[in-house]
This record gives sequence, C-alpha cells and structure tokens, in this order.
Amino acid sequence: MTERRNAPPEPVLVRGGRVIDPSQDLDGFYDLLLEDGAVARLDERIEPVSGVREIDASDLVVCPGLIDVHVHLREPGQEYKETVETGTRAAAAGGFTAVACMANTAPVNDNRSVTEYIVAEAERWGYARVYPVGAVTRGMKGKNLAEIGDMVAGGAVAISDDGLPVKNAELMRRALLYARHFDIPVTQHAEDLDLTGPGVMHEGEWSTRLGLPGIPGASEDVVVARDLILAEDTGGRYHVAHLSTARSLRMVREARARGIRVTCEVTPHHLVLTDKAVSDSAFDTHTKMKPPLRSDADREALVNGLADGSVDAIASDHAPHHPDEKDVEFSLAPFGILGLETNLPLCIEKLVRPGVIGLSRLVELFSTGPARCYNLPGGTLKVGSVADVTVFDPDRAVTVDAKRFQSKSRNTPFGGWKLRGVAVVTVVGGRVVEVERRT
Amino acid sequence: MTDAAPPRWSRKDLLGIAELSPPEIQLILDTAESFREVAERPIKKVPTLRGKTVINLFFESSTRTRSSFEIAEKRLSADSLNFAASSSALTKGESLVDTALNLQAMAPDLIVIRHAYPGAPHMLAKRLAAGVINAGDGAHEHPTQALLDAFTIRQRKGRLAGLRVAIVGDIEHSRVVRSNVHLLSKMGAEVTVAGLHTMMPVAMDRLGVKVTHSLDEALEGADVVMMLRIQMERQEGSVLFPSIKEYFRLFGLTTERLKRAADDVILMHPGPMNRGVEIASEVADGPFSVILQQVTNGVAVRMAVLYLLIGRQGEEAA
Repeated sequence: MTERRNAPPEPVLVRGGRVIDPSQDLDGFYDLLLEDGAVARLDERIEPVSGVREIDASDLVVCPGLIDVHVHLREPGQEYKETVETGTRAAAAGGFTAVACMANTAPVNDNRSVTEYIVAEAERWGYARVYPVGAVTRGMKGKNLAEIGDMVAGGAVAISDDGLPVKNAELMRRALLYARHFDIPVTQHAEDLDLTGPGVMHEGEWSTRLGLPGIPGASEDVVVARDLILAEDTGGRYHVAHLSTARSLRMVREARARGIRVTCEVTPHHLVLTDKAVSDSAFDTHTKMKPPLRSDADREALVNGLADGSVDAIASDHAPHHPDEKDVEFSLAPFGILGLETNLPLCIEKLVRPGVIGLSRLVELFSTGPARCYNLPGGTLKVGSVADVTVFDPDRAVTVDAKRFQSKSRNTPFGGWKLRGVAVVTVVGGRVVEVERRT
Repeated sequence: MTDAAPPRWSRKDLLGIAELSPPEIQLILDTAESFREVAERPIKKVPTLRGKTVINLFFESSTRTRSSFEIAEKRLSADSLNFAASSSALTKGESLVDTALNLQAMAPDLIVIRHAYPGAPHMLAKRLAAGVINAGDGAHEHPTQALLDAFTIRQRKGRLAGLRVAIVGDIEHSRVVRSNVHLLSKMGAEVTVAGLHTMMPVAMDRLGVKVTHSLDEALEGADVVMMLRIQMERQEGSVLFPSIKEYFRLFGLTTERLKRAADDVILMHPGPMNRGVEIASEVADGPFSVILQQVTNGVAVRMAVLYLLIGRQGEEAA
C-alpha cells in the first residue's frame, strides 16, 4: 500500500449518488469527479473516461468527508488502548475522513516533535487525516504555555488541555490572546474539578437514587461562563468541547449573538442517552464518561440546539479504554466510551429518522461544521477543494457489535443496538480508503 | 396478610429494596417472624442450611452487620467464612471480578458483600451462580437494615401503613435512608426526611418522600424517628457543616425536641451512634428507644433472607 500511496491517486468518479453539501446548499443527484487529490468536477452527468475508477453511488448519499474533532488516539504512550493505526481505521470504518486528536498522550503532545510524529503516523497508514490538538500548557500542568506556534507549524489545529481543564483564569486569558497569532481556537473541556469532586455521574434524580456521588451541571457551566467572558475581552476563538448542559448551550448561544467568537460540539451519547442509563444498565461502566450523561431536560436542549443551529458540530470524544480497566466497580472505572464506529448510525437512527434534523443538517454537523470550528480543509465538495468524501447508505441496517470494531478497544454502551445508516466508502485526498467495514 | 395466594420468593439475589414488590417485602418480614423464636431457645440452632456455604465478603469494616449475618448463618447451620478485604483502589491486588471468580470456584451457595462503592454487589450478581446479598454498597442500599427496621416498627406498632416516619441526618451519604425510603413508601408509610441542605441529595423529593430542612418540622407528630449516623470520617476537609457543636444545635435530637413527636413515638438508629453529635445520650438510652431491639431483630431478619435465598431448594425438589 505504501507504494500506491506515493504515486498520485488515480481519478475517481462517484456516480449517481445523492450529493449533500451544506457548504453550497446542495442536495441532489450529481456525479463527482476527483482528480489529483481535489474535487475536479461536480455535475449532473459526467461522461465516463477510461482509466477512471468508478464508484456506483446509486441509492447512496455522497457528502464531504466526515470529520470528528474530538478523539483520543492514545498514541504515543497508551498503545494498548488504541494507536493512530487502529483509531484511524475505526474512523474510516465509521465513515470519517479526518479526526482531531487530543493531547493527553504520554508524553503529552505539548511540542512539535510529538505533533509531527502523530501526523506522520497517520500519513503512513492513510486511513484518515489526523489533525493533532496541541496542549495549552506544558505537560498539561496548567502552569506555562506550551510551544503553541511550533505545534501549529507541525500540524496542530487547536489547543486544549482537555480533561485537565485550564483552571487559572489568567493563564486561560493569555492562551486565548496568544492563540490569536495563529487563528486557532482554544478548546476547553469545561469542568470545575472542585465542583466535580468525587462525582462519577450527573447529579440529579438518578445519582440520588443510586447513591453515586454527583457531578453538578454547574461544574461545566461556571467554566463556560468564565471562558466566554475571557473570550469576549480577548477576541480569541473559544471552542467548547462536548457541551452537555442546557445552561451552557444557552450561554454559548447568547455569546454568539453578541459577536463573541465561540463554537461548540456535542457528542452523540449526550444526544441519545441520559443519566437514567446508569440505573437501567445496573451500573454498567460504559455509561460512565465526562461530562456525564445528563438529565433528559439537558438532552432535549442539546437536540434542540442541533435543529436551531446553535450547535456547530457533533464530535464523539472517542475514548478507548481496555476492557480490564472498565471491568471494575463503577466508581473506579475510567471515564469515556468509543464513538467513531457508532457516530453515524446512531445519529441517523435517533436524529434523522425521527425527523429531528434532516440529512443535510446531519452532514453539516459531521463535516462542514467541524471543518469551520477548526479551519480545516474539507467540509465541502466545491470544485478545487480537497478530495475527502464519504459515501453512506442511510437505510442499511446494522446491529452494533463491539467485537467487530476496528478500534482496539470495546467500550461502548451501544452493543446490540439495532440502527440504520452505514458508511460504504471513504475517500481521503482522492484515494479510496481500503478498510473492512464489517456490517 | 390476607393475601389469597402466599407470595413466592424467586430471586437469586437480594441487591436492594428498590426492585422488591410489597408482597416480597411482606414475605421476608413474615418469614423473619418465624425465625425470631430461635433466639429464645436454649440451643439456638436449626439445621435449615446444613451443607450450605456462605461467604461474608466485607470490603468495609463492619462490626454489627457482619456479626449479625454470621450469627444468622450459624444459627441456620450454614458453613460460613469471613473474608475481610480492603476496597482501596490503591491496594495492590486483584480486581473485584477476579476475587469473585476465585470464590465462585469454591462453589459457595451465597455471598454476602459489603462494599464502599454503589453497584459492587450488582456486579457480582451478574457474574456469579451463587446468590448475592447486598450488606451495604456505598450510599446506595442496605436492604437488610431496612428490613430489620420495618420488622421492628411492625413489632412495636403492629403495622407500617399510615405511620409517620421521620428520617434525620446525613441523607446524602446514607444507604440506610435509601433502602428505608423505598421500603416504607412501598408499604404505605408516610416518610419525611430531614437534614442540612448540605447533606441532602438534589432530587430526594423524586423518591416519593417529604423533604424538610428543619428537625422540629420532621419530628412533629412522628410515630417513628430514625436518626442517622453523622459520618465523622466524611468531615475531614469537608464543607458539610462547620462544627459538631453547631450541628448538634441544629439537628441533634434531645428529649426536649422529641416532645414534638407522637406520645408513643419509637426512636431508632442503625448504629453506630455518635452520642452528642446526632443524638443525646438521654434519648438514646431513654424510654422511646428501640435501638437494641433493632439489633436483636437483625438476626431474625437475616435468617429469613438467607433461608429464602438458599434454604428452600431441597423442599421444592421434594
């Protein structure tokens, strides 16, 4: 495969599909020609040319490649959970042509050499593009700024200390200011760790019933509130990772209306599950993540936020953990679940099919929106843009089976769920990605 | 008590009160009644569980509950084994699942587990062929405590339905309160929980109880007052209340304050008590107290649970 990747990609003609491209308000039947790694033509009918690889997309949806701006690839350092290879293979299997990976590796991605290593690894495998998110602070220790400019030169597209959120307000203010030089957002996993305390699930009726220490919604909201004030004063770009509460969403919506440069993502699990799942599953550790599954009122607000445009992206927070780590008491299990291989079918089944959002908005949330959040190439099929394309079948049935995941880990709460919507082909930089999609 | 068909016990485990039906609760209480007299015999032993193996797996220190289970097991002639372990995540050693699988390999009939974390008994129950009794999992449930409390109330009051029960103290961190709230509401009692705002879970009212933050309001006309232990170990570096003196002034039960309750009120405490913190000695040792009776009844109730879970296979086959 390596030789093939060094040669220029052969032209690809995606024929007869329903092309949905929110970047140009397009939803109709078109042929799509990809040449030299770029979109060459998008027309109602493109005559076949010899030597062009044809993909028959009849009855399928063709859209700009899906992008997940929040994943953990665990490499370097925790290769027993996931690697760049397995994580990008999972991305490809799930229909994603690009991911942005968080900096909490070992060593931390707080310098250019780690950033470049991740990018090189991704290019070596070629399953999907990987855009590293660099750390805000050295070692994610919350003390000194990391070499942000160097990391951007090496391929970083945003900065975040993710699960160790920037606590010091002055440091956050400086990070927002400094990031302006590179026009990248500071992404915050908004959580006040003092308010979280020993919490392991959302504080509400179900934590009350189960006697599990709760994480109040305020733990997220107070950080979002503070950061929005800082974003306003600095003019910096601020991105809220996995936003999970109604109140945070309201604040983001209001801030944006006032011209503050803020974007936000939500996860599929916060859109389809609530804190009740911890009880229904009798303490299944696959219902434990941060932020925790919230109340139904929160979930409803997030779903409304998809429909009314206040949410910019759906991102999975794909967080692989080894089965041994999850197979412990609920309170002791690490936070986090997989997402890359369930994102698309979950959202089609639970959001598109019930009519909450249309397919076009779904593509916007999975492609055009995330590309905009992080200024990424892709998210569009305009002629001349990068040839990252996803072809999926919105009607094909699939039963989630973690044993068949391409990811190295198995931690999903969706095992056994019957869904519809399956990725069929992904194209990255004009090359058709060869990956087994076991559905 | 006039049910047409006597309810049958069909569960492998006793994990909590939340999932039990009123007839199941009734069955346990009625069964306990028949075991009560064993304690009054000169030879306090029946052969009911001969040849059965019960493991008491206590990951948290406990004197009362563990002794009570052990005595219940011995009076039923079960072979019992105590296994004390540390539940500290930092303790080197095997996982709970591995511990359980190893015990399972020795083919016990029943495992009684006490654990610091909610859901630990449920985890074992999902995996093991042996029955599992939850002897307290974190702040979640402590079903046999609620059952012995109900047994004691029934013994003194003749009924549960319609009684006004006040449960007072650290509601947030108490497994006793959750099991009691479920049990008493299911059986038709009227439950009020009272505690500091800082010790009250956010959605307590969703459990079908009245919530108050005033001791006097909770005591007003109460038929049963249940005081919960203030867990002093939780106070280190804590923000729950500033001092014991202040707590006692706000929520400590004294003879004077107890006057607001019904004339024939009974006073309960799951133990261990902190005299002078949540309860004055004069009350604990006073005429309304049934605290030691609770302990006595604990043995009968646990005998009943053991019997229902593993004591009847022989009978049913016969």
